[in-house]
Amino acid sequence: MKRYLPAVILITAAVLLIVIGIILQQPESVLNKAVRICMECVGLG
Amino acid sequence: MDRKKTRFGIQAVALLIQNANFRGFLTGRIYEGASKSVCVPGLNCYSCPGAIGACPLGSLQSHLASMKFKFPYYIVGFLIFFGAVLGRAVCGFLCPFGFFQDLLYKIPFYKKNRFKIDKFLRYLKYAVLAVLVLLLPITCNLIPFFCKYVCPSGTIAGIWLAAADSNIRSVLGPLFSWKLILLLIFIVLGLIIRRPFCKYICPLGAIYGFFNKVSLYRMTVDRDKCVNCGACARACQMNVDPAKNPNSMECIRCGECIDACPHKALHMGFAAGSKKTAVVAEANENGDQKV
Ligand code: SF4
Ligand code: SF4
Ligand code: SF4
Repeated sequence: MKRYLPAVILITAAVLLIVIGIILQQPESVLNKAVRICMECVGLG
Repeated sequence: MDRKKTRFGIQAVALLIQNANFRGFLTGRIYEGASKSVCVPGLNCYSCPGAIGACPLGSLQSHLASMKFKFPYYIVGFLIFFGAVLGRAVCGFLCPFGFFQDLLYKIPFYKKNRFKIDKFLRYLKYAVLAVLVLLLPITCNLIPFFCKYVCPSGTIAGIWLAAADSNIRSVLGPLFSWKLILLLIFIVLGLIIRRPFCKYICPLGAIYGFFNKVSLYRMTVDRDKCVNCGACARACQMNVDPAKNPNSMECIRCGECIDACPHKALHMGFAAGSKKTAVVAEANENGDQKV
């Protein structure tokens, strides 16, 4: 069980970070970027 | 079903699910639904016409490159979550660009995976992560450097878009040519070397590699069975010696070493191996390490 402890702590921290991000409305900025063609990614700008 | 076929099936399904906007490939229009606010685990450009999720590396850079610095809690949370649960099993099972390279390597051609500078080239991906993904986007606003100058997944997205949309074709310039040349280099190298982009360049693989030692999905060695014959190390095309370092940062969890072991000494999974084998494997990792 001790072997899984670091992973469990990290997963808990990850969920907390995601929740904080949601409270700070970060999913909206991810969405705004992802629904437009990224000129840099595709090599246009 | 054998391990290879199962992994191939999972990779194919993961590719299709992450690129389920099939209509986009014909129309050249990218998906605009709410699922694009969720990060996918692997390297899959959000500008690919099929993509229904957000690329974690692209999202991270665009966040860091924004005019006012805000810590990207949400994206870092996803990266830690995928890392802590799967580690680099993301690379072995879920990443579309990893799958693309696996397919390339299946093409009959001259193959060479072991050469002197391999060990040094491995460090390149950490430099790419530190400089192109973190440092430069933070210091030079609005430029996602890795996406813009390197990422071959974005170039593939660009090729799809250009093929489907004449407006995009008309504005292709030197940057696209540069990215296309880089993609071609990765393709040619991918015929010869197993997953060269993953081994030497990919910052996402570098991030997940940090989690391999602690992730829930892991490998263990049964010391009672292992006779140190080296068959597993010879079978590994990522040049890992799993008998000595089963949770190496370079291991993509493909499982080919497990099939190669004549003594069934290697185990992989969410609860791989008995307590005893896990302890021995961990003690081993702290000692003699290959990569
Ligand atoms: S190293 Fe990068 S490109 Fe390769 S499989 Fe992992 S995430 Fe994908
Ligand atoms: S192939 Fe099996 S027995 Fe041989 S060294 Fe690797 S783990 Fe040990
Ligand atoms: S150590 Fe085994 S599972 Fe890991 S990359 Fe090598 S062959 Fe694949």
